[in-house]
Amino acid sequence: MTRTLTILGLESSCDDTAAAVVRHTPGRAPEVLSAVVAGQTELHADFGGVVPEIAARAHTEKLDLCVEQALTQANLPLSELDAIAVTAGPGLIGGVLAGVMCAKGLSAGSGLPLVGVNHLAGHALTPRLTDQATFPYLMLLVSGGHCQFLIAKGPEKFTRLGGTIDDAPGEAFDKTAKLLGLAQPGGPSVEAEARTGNPTRFRLPRPLLDRPGCDMSFSGLKTALLRERDRLVAQYGGLRVQDRADLCASFQAAVADVLAEKSRRALTQYLDLAPVTPTLAVAGGVAANQTIRAALETVCAESGTQFLAPPLALCTDNAAMIAWAGIERFRAGHRDDMSLSARPRWPLDLTSPSMLGSGKKGAKA
Amino acid sequence: MIIRHTFSSPDATAAFARALAPTLQAGDVVLLSGAIGAGKTHFARSLIQARLTAAGRFEDVPSPTFTLVQTYDDGVGELWHADLYRLTHPDEVEELGLIDAFETAICLVEWPDRLGDLIPRTALTLELNATETPGERIIVATGPPPWEARVKAALDA
Repeated sequence: MTRTLTILGLESSCDDTAAAVVRHTPGRAPEVLSAVVAGQTELHADFGGVVPEIAARAHTEKLDLCVEQALTQANLPLSELDAIAVTAGPGLIGGVLAGVMCAKGLSAGSGLPLVGVNHLAGHALTPRLTDQATFPYLMLLVSGGHCQFLIAKGPEKFTRLGGTIDDAPGEAFDKTAKLLGLAQPGGPSVEAEARTGNPTRFRLPRPLLDRPGCDMSFSGLKTALLRERDRLVAQYGGLRVQDRADLCASFQAAVADVLAEKSRRALTQYLDLAPVTPTLAVAGGVAANQTIRAALETVCAESGTQFLAPPLALCTDNAAMIAWAGIERFRAGHRDDMSLSARPRWPLDLTSPSMLGSGKKGAKA
Repeated sequence: MIIRHTFSSPDATAAFARALAPTLQAGDVVLLSGAIGAGKTHFARSLIQARLTAAGRFEDVPSPTFTLVQTYDDGVGELWHADLYRLTHPDEVEELGLIDAFETAICLVEWPDRLGDLIPRTALTLELNATETPGERIIVATGPPPWEARVKAALDA
């Protein structure tokens, strides 16, 4: 199919509610005509922290407004769209349901086809939206709730090389901030604190580096940090400013080391496919961390691999990536109907075995 | 019932979780309390993986902190793994559907203090405490009498 497609995307699988319109003409770079993310910060300022949008009702209320704004900003009526794409999983079931119901309503009312999109595929296909990356490319998806290496081979074809067996790095940053009395979300606050810290003062563990493969573990790092903190508090009667900065820098260095080394291994596997334009792309909020980014850039430079990091607004949860993934799926001939259901879990790659906590491969190959 | 037990390593704690796993059935709620880094998710993951493995299933057991709830099908029924850390009000627990799940599924709940008055009286509470020794944990198990034999059997396994 070679015609221009304009698709509305809806995203409500976790904390954010979002809608966006993306247009694509084959042979040209896709255009994000509008991208609206309903702000959570002001809404929850009273609670003094990051509060999840768990209520399907709250997503529902905001979805309508987001859709309206996205269409207004794109200056298009529904009738000029080609399809409605919506995150159908994985995620918090209430939120996903709210999005799917909204999309079904829009589809039924407008007669437009419906395309269910995997939220992770949305992230994984973003390098094609922002940089027209060509398959196959290596993807590191690293966010608050996810951490995995994927080889993207096609719009619906992903091979998982490995991932975290416990916490995601974003969560580790949040918990580090919590343990050290820094503001949430932890990513920016730990990074800021680390700038004045010594990354080599505390020798925090690099879990699973001693084992082959691309699986990662970040939970033990948190425990190690906690022990160092308690030791310092006991020794000095409190956590001194420099100690805290050094802890942040040491923690960040450990995460960067693990991600860099595992990326190196993932690249080796990926380069065996002899891609024409070797590319490592990152997505997820953690990609905004400058130390981690620099470490990944260094790894890429070693093998002459192109490093892509989409702009942060398209790296974190957004609806433009859902609209884009919808366009890719639509072109592949994929359509959903009113039987589209919300899936709380939906792995991108159903064939690669996941790793058990013990470090053994789950399924016998 | 109050049972205190010291586990010398993460593996020892995991072995207890694995031994407790097959004794659970729909309607059982296990509350996991303890500070950040106490090993609540480690315990839950070990238990969930034991049940999945017994059913011949293999899946990642990610931390539920971000998604609040992860649900699993262990071949017998539903298993819920919830982390209420990010919640601020017990009302939000009802929005999650957790109260219904307490009746119909096996539920493992981290940060159960967020439940307020909604804590089921039949629940087993496991409080995980770190000690001075790296990797060592003291678990304090409390709950109504029927849990006593099950916890003791799992400790002896």
